[in-house]
Amino acid sequence: MPRLLDSYENMSIDDALIMCRDLVEDPDFPTVKKWREAGGKVVGHFQVYFPEEIVDAAGLLPFKVRGAQIEPRHGESHFGSYLCSILKTSLEIALGGQVVLDMFVSHPICDSARNLAAVWGRNFDYPCEILYLPQNPNSSHAAAYLRGEYARLAREVEKIAGREITTDQLRASMTVFNKNRALLRELYAIKRDTPWLLAVDEAYVLLAVGGMIPREEHNELLSWALPKIRGRSATPQDRMRLVFSGGFCEQPPLDLLHTIAQFSYVVDDDLLVGMRYITEDIALGDDPLANLASAYLDQSSYSPVQHDMNKPKEHMLLQQIKAANAGAAIISAAKMCEPGLDEQVAYTKALDDEGIRYFVTEFEERMANFDSLEIQLETFIENLLFA
Amino acid sequence: MSTTTSNLPQGAAATKDKSSIIGRGNKDGNQLFRDWYQELTTAPSRGEHSAYVFVMGSLAEVLQSFDIHTIFPEVNGLQTAVRHVADDYIAQGEDYGFSADVCAYVKADVGLQLRGGDHPMGKIPKPSMAVYTNACNTYLKWAEIWERMYNMPSVTIDIPGSRAAGRHTWSGHVDFENDLKYVRGQIGELITVCETVTGKKFDIDRLRETMHHTNVMMERYERLIELNKAKPAPYNAVTDGTVYLGVANGFRGRAEGAKYFTDLVEEMEYKVANGIGTTFEEKYRLVFVGVPCYPIFRRFNEMFTEWGGAFVGSSYMWFASGGANTGFQYDLDRPLDSLAEGLLVTTRDAMDTMFYSNRNIVDTIEPFGIDGVVYHPIKSCRTVSTGLADNRRAVIEESGAATLFVESDHMDKRVVSEAQLKNRIDAFFEGLATRRVRQSAGESR
Ligand code: SF4
Ligand code: SF4
Repeated sequence: MPRLLDSYENMSIDDALIMCRDLVEDPDFPTVKKWREAGGKVVGHFQVYFPEEIVDAAGLLPFKVRGAQIEPRHGESHFGSYLCSILKTSLEIALGGQVVLDMFVSHPICDSARNLAAVWGRNFDYPCEILYLPQNPNSSHAAAYLRGEYARLAREVEKIAGREITTDQLRASMTVFNKNRALLRELYAIKRDTPWLLAVDEAYVLLAVGGMIPREEHNELLSWALPKIRGRSATPQDRMRLVFSGGFCEQPPLDLLHTIAQFSYVVDDDLLVGMRYITEDIALGDDPLANLASAYLDQSSYSPVQHDMNKPKEHMLLQQIKAANAGAAIISAAKMCEPGLDEQVAYTKALDDEGIRYFVTEFEERMANFDSLEIQLETFIENLLFA
Repeated sequence: MSTTTSNLPQGAAATKDKSSIIGRGNKDGNQLFRDWYQELTTAPSRGEHSAYVFVMGSLAEVLQSFDIHTIFPEVNGLQTAVRHVADDYIAQGEDYGFSADVCAYVKADVGLQLRGGDHPMGKIPKPSMAVYTNACNTYLKWAEIWERMYNMPSVTIDIPGSRAAGRHTWSGHVDFENDLKYVRGQIGELITVCETVTGKKFDIDRLRETMHHTNVMMERYERLIELNKAKPAPYNAVTDGTVYLGVANGFRGRAEGAKYFTDLVEEMEYKVANGIGTTFEEKYRLVFVGVPCYPIFRRFNEMFTEWGGAFVGSSYMWFASGGANTGFQYDLDRPLDSLAEGLLVTTRDAMDTMFYSNRNIVDTIEPFGIDGVVYHPIKSCRTVSTGLADNRRAVIEESGAATLFVESDHMDKRVVSEAQLKNRIDAFFEGLATRRVRQSAGESR
């Protein structure tokens, strides 16, 4: 398969970030097109977490379906009112032909996303299905179940690929993804420890581009970019350190992140958390599929769409704020996102109890005017700095 | 009598005294309901335990076998709406911090909890535990609220649904067995929690007993749905159906519930045998898809009955019964395995009738003699409503059925515009009338 990214090795890091930004914002998803033109097949997987290793091991491109900043001209008529935007724009890119898939997978992350697989299935002939990630990770039977569910998924993926996925191929893919997550941890460490070197929107585009290219290629990009970011000459400024919460599914527009970055250092976030959901290297072992399943349960992060008694989300948020040495939080949610909006209540109560200041907001992936948000944020941050 | 129903009632029912049988279902149902709320109100004073559960996968059979009361917050919610007091409860939930855009059942329940359980039907006890499936994801978010409020044992029963439309596996298939093992394992874990909460040992014979009652109920429930194929239909699947659903959930696993549905089927068989319909002349036969409009429950129905529109089918009666419409029968010789299998199959069916209901709707049109399909997505419920616009497109494409698509809410009056609903409903019936004229013109040509 050809490399999907243009040559960036001779670019400055700033130009490479612009290239990533253009790709991330391009609703035509040119890297996916290039992959198909070279004869490759594509499995689209909706937010939040998906075991991409299984698709990668079959030689297919796992493509993260995360909506787009487009008007859902076709998508709108397939849905009622009162729904988040990502549902509509995700379907739009498929209905409008911007992205052609060979398989689509959604998850029971929320009531809307579960319906999405059904809607998709009624409109396309290729397989559209739900991967039932466990919502009872606390059951002692969850790991065995998930291994079986992954084996089922692997059989479906094999049908698309027209070949079997061998254990060695799965191990090889898991190695690539382990490396990818290690590099992403480094990326986040830079943002946390030296946030003046890497703004939240810059880190975001470097992360997000990974969802539209093979992860091996993403590893090459990150390995090239990280030293360059460390070598930047920016100096620390007196800015508030914040954690941004609410980007686990629908994505805020880059301009919104950029607006936040103008006033503060976002030292941690949950943007595209599914790509970083597994927090440690996964052991390969004799039964890599079982290890992949266990990792989802035991070596993973948190989000409003996974119920886990061992990870009360507000405690996880407090830990995250502490670990990032942040002084405040932005508690956002996508408009009409039931889990995100529900979680805002628990988060803000926990932050109140701890005396941590926060800013509550809602966003939509297609919002274009940030003027009032900018003023509110500026006021919030000024209040914090001069409190 | 005019009927298209196969093997409809004969014999005993047809000879019963009319006055003792007609209307019994609604009368007894309402009485049972009042008794049930009284029972819940007084439960704490008797030192009895209560579990908060949901209609899709309540696990009532297990809980009843431990004498744990089942409390349905969804039912509490809809009761506040039909009694026109939901706004106060919802406002309290919103004051607590919940957005105007989340399920209003949840907010009404938060209001109820903050009031210490004060409800128009009685006093709702605090939970000794909660049991919830993933049939609706909001169940999980809701349960998290109680976890934070009460710090009580909280049990998820995660039930994998159909992976794609019509893709069902059954006993013996590797994927079904994987799901089944998971569900069976979680039921075992639930039993352990029930033992801890109540201090009682699990009694498999008590479980057999409760499962037997559910067997009777599910067999009769399936029959009840079938009986509405008759012309005229003996009951209104939206208004009467809501009473039946209340009993089907509140009295699941109980002798009273089994008896109720036995009597109800007798009543409906009697009505069908004697050509008795509901209270108005049935001109158009409709199937309802979605969740009822409880804030104007009676009026919503009247807007249809005024035109002779009869709801003979309702997807609500499928999913909100937790799949009782399948008539699934537990095998009492192997209760625990069969309970797991039944839970998996019926909850899967309930989820199917929300996510993939276009198939069920199309399959209903001919046998139930449907003239029109009424879609009623609601703001609160993304589980049921997200896919309905697309579902409608699929139903029209496959069947050419006349459809109406009106949005409102099941709790929140702010989203219910009666005038707008009426305009749309009137236009729908005008269209149905024109269709009918054209059809008869076509037939007579
Ligand atoms: S944004 Fe929220 S509601 Fe929408 S699909 Fe994602 S998790 Fe579900
Ligand atoms: S989202 Fe729908 S199914 Fe879920 S609790 Fe609310 S009304 Fe019930």
